[in-house]
Amino acid sequence: MRDLFRGALVRLTSESAEDIARANTIWMRDSEFHRFADSEPMRLWSEKRQREWAEKSIEKDPDDSYFRFGIRTLADDRLIGEIMLRIDWPRADGILGIAIGDRDYWGRGFGTDATDTLLRFAFHELNLRRVTLGTDTYNKRALRSYEKSGFRIEGTTRGEMLREHTRVNSVWMGILREEWQARQEGAR
Amino acid sequence: MLDIQTQLFEAEDIRFGPIDHEKHPEIESRWTHDGEFMRLMELKPIRPLSPAMVKKQYEDIEKEMDESRNLFYFSIRARSDDRLIGKAVIEWIDWPHGNGYVRLGLGDPKDRRRGLGSQALSMLLRFAFAEANLFRVTAIVPAYNEGAMRLFQKFGFIEEVRRRKAMHRDDEFWDLIAYGLLASEWAAGKGS
Repeated sequence: MRDLFRGALVRLTSESAEDIARANTIWMRDSEFHRFADSEPMRLWSEKRQREWAEKSIEKDPDDSYFRFGIRTLADDRLIGEIMLRIDWPRADGILGIAIGDRDYWGRGFGTDATDTLLRFAFHELNLRRVTLGTDTYNKRALRSYEKSGFRIEGTTRGEMLREHTRVNSVWMGILREEWQARQEGAR
Repeated sequence: MLDIQTQLFEAEDIRFGPIDHEKHPEIESRWTHDGEFMRLMELKPIRPLSPAMVKKQYEDIEKEMDESRNLFYFSIRARSDDRLIGKAVIEWIDWPHGNGYVRLGLGDPKDRRRGLGSQALSMLLRFAFAEANLFRVTAIVPAYNEGAMRLFQKFGFIEEVRRRKAMHRDDEFWDLIAYGLLASEWAAGKGS
């Protein structure tokens, strides 16, 4: 059996509260990153505060309806982002969120590799029926990456965000278990 | 003229009111024992709730309204005798971007198909757009809930997203539909 947490470029990890707080404190000062990652107006939180949140969330683990992983490069074990899956078990649907905080790793396939690795975990380990995600239409890199991983557009919510005086649509995407399966067979 | 004397919580046959922690738990507990109603009202797995459990839920709802400020919860009352007939909710409000999710239901089958749901949704939308000043509202409806689909379509909601096979009930797969309505669309259709 293969190592489920290992992709081609990255591996999925469990991070210490210290490491994740330190990394997020740096990433959050990049407002472009923040506007991709979250719809809320940004607040700049101290490392101490972020560590307290991380500790609290680690206390709740293992939580079988929420999986949060660090993303580390295989080449030099660098923490470059995070990926999460929130699961609605009765519907067997997982909501995926991913954020590559280190902008040196944008547009180079690291996020796509993390998503692929998480999808394999979602369908082979958790046996979900589908995985869902939402993103802003201005996040072109993310859209392209999700399409590469096999997500299909399921609809557009009009004007869900107001950015710089402009209404922006959000795109919702999904991948069904059978679609993911067919892609694996095609790749073989 | 600024239309501020219009009563936001009064319609022809119904009105919106607050939760009554004494009288309502008994009634809502009865509704939760109706599996058909619960499946139309909830996306989560359903369960019957005792009056004490409903009471606890009401306390949680008011606590959330008070602390998070992104929820509006109204009980729907019959105008004639003020009895509880349903609930209408705007939830998960994202204030900076002006989005909210709407949801409503009438607990007793005798009160349905009489236009009361339309009156409730009409008040709820007026509140969402003319009082809370939202830019848009969303309604999430499973494709088996034809009554709700018709109601939202009647009010001009547009089907925006269809999550394929996102519901699994009675051994069948159903799409989960997101309907959206913008404030501008609501304002344009209000007179008709």
